[in-house]
Amino acid sequence: MPKAGSGLSLDGLGMPLWLVVELTYKCPLKCPWCSNPVDFDRYRNELSTEEWKDLLREGRRLGSLQLGFTGGEPTLRKDLEELVDEANRLGYYTNLITSGVGLSPQRVRDLKRAGLKQVQLSLQSCDSELSEKLVGLDVFAHKIEIARTIKAEGFPMVMNVPVSRYNIDQTEALIDLAADLGVEYLEFANLQYYNWALINRADLLPTRQQLKQSEAAVAAARERLGKRLTIYFVVPDYFDERPKACMNGWGAIHLTIAPDGTALPCQEARLIKDIDFPNVREHSLDWIWRESPAFRRFRGDDWMKEPCRSCDDREKDFAGCRCQAFLLTGDAANTDPVCSKSPHRYLIDDILLEAENRQERAGADALIMRARCRS
Amino acid sequence: MHNEDRLQPSDIMVLNPNFHFRWEEPQQSHVLLYPEGIVKLNATAAEILEMCVMRGLTVAEGTEQLAHRYDGADLMSDVMQFMELAYAKGWIRPKS
Repeated sequence: MPKAGSGLSLDGLGMPLWLVVELTYKCPLKCPWCSNPVDFDRYRNELSTEEWKDLLREGRRLGSLQLGFTGGEPTLRKDLEELVDEANRLGYYTNLITSGVGLSPQRVRDLKRAGLKQVQLSLQSCDSELSEKLVGLDVFAHKIEIARTIKAEGFPMVMNVPVSRYNIDQTEALIDLAADLGVEYLEFANLQYYNWALINRADLLPTRQQLKQSEAAVAAARERLGKRLTIYFVVPDYFDERPKACMNGWGAIHLTIAPDGTALPCQEARLIKDIDFPNVREHSLDWIWRESPAFRRFRGDDWMKEPCRSCDDREKDFAGCRCQAFLLTGDAANTDPVCSKSPHRYLIDDILLEAENRQERAGADALIMRARCRS
Repeated sequence: MHNEDRLQPSDIMVLNPNFHFRWEEPQQSHVLLYPEGIVKLNATAAEILEMCVMRGLTVAEGTEQLAHRYDGADLMSDVMQFMELAYAKGWIRPKS
């Protein structure tokens, strides 16, 4: 994903520069903020190895450059090495986005040999107890072992920390851990509230005070560590006045393919229920990207309503996030309610106020963990 | 390097080993690819990188080679400006 704060607005000349393939929705972890659909278990009809390879070839022809293998947990696919090898041969810059569960030191080496360029490993805490509470399994020691192997194999590595109120106070300790592991990039990804994270939003949102302290710790570490460690801090957009420039615009440079071959402008878009998203099993990728009604729906700014239509910022933030507008206002064409100019901003303020005033609970016991029964 | 953050014309700079620099036909431009990132380079930036970083020359030597293409124009300040930016962004680093 492009990093908030990178300051880059990339003109892809209308090409899907970023291709994200969700190889499977399966995952042994139970993260209560999972970005997969709440009914993930309905989508078992995964693309075959050959179908994924065809898709990768089509993507390159359309100008895709960056490729993210993700899921679910992508390492659960036995053909991951084969797909990485093919992607590398086609000229993609290949990124693996993984929890590390499903990787062994040997498999890390095999992926290196297959031409994988970079690994993004998630880490939820710097201690095993909280880690287990948050992901539902005792995997902390394994993750650290895999992190060390990734570095020993010479991969550049992004350590990704999904940030909620439960782990935000570990910001400084997590920075120290990242520096100790020798990773190049540390990403504090404050949760975005869709799907599972939305279900648990009231519990996961940090307080403004926590956020301030975390940002201060990041600023101090940037000063201290300089070029040794690049720290990205993805702000939780609820705390902002302006909406995020989501996906650099709908159907602008991002293309996600879900496990069943459904093509999406972002990983969450499937939650907009009134859009019929095309499938690569039925259409060419070229048609999907250029012509399909789903991808054209919010491309450019003709579709925008007020206050976006007459706002100078519309070329900077593209009216924010369509999914968030749909989830919180019921209409995906509305201004992202995070925007202070949105008539729906009060919804966000109410949510924040509730988080500030909630009763403190002892542990993470109130969280609804990702599970099949929910599907 | 004489000073950690100031580039000198006598420095030899190399591409960050985690970066890939190449021509991308569909974009009709040079690109830098790195973990989860893309930079599209304009023609001038690509030319400087190609001459002053990818060939193992000092910045001064690269700049001199470049100047031959432009009737001996004095390009040093333009080149240094770009190189400082590329260094600050972590695209390039001093040869160790």
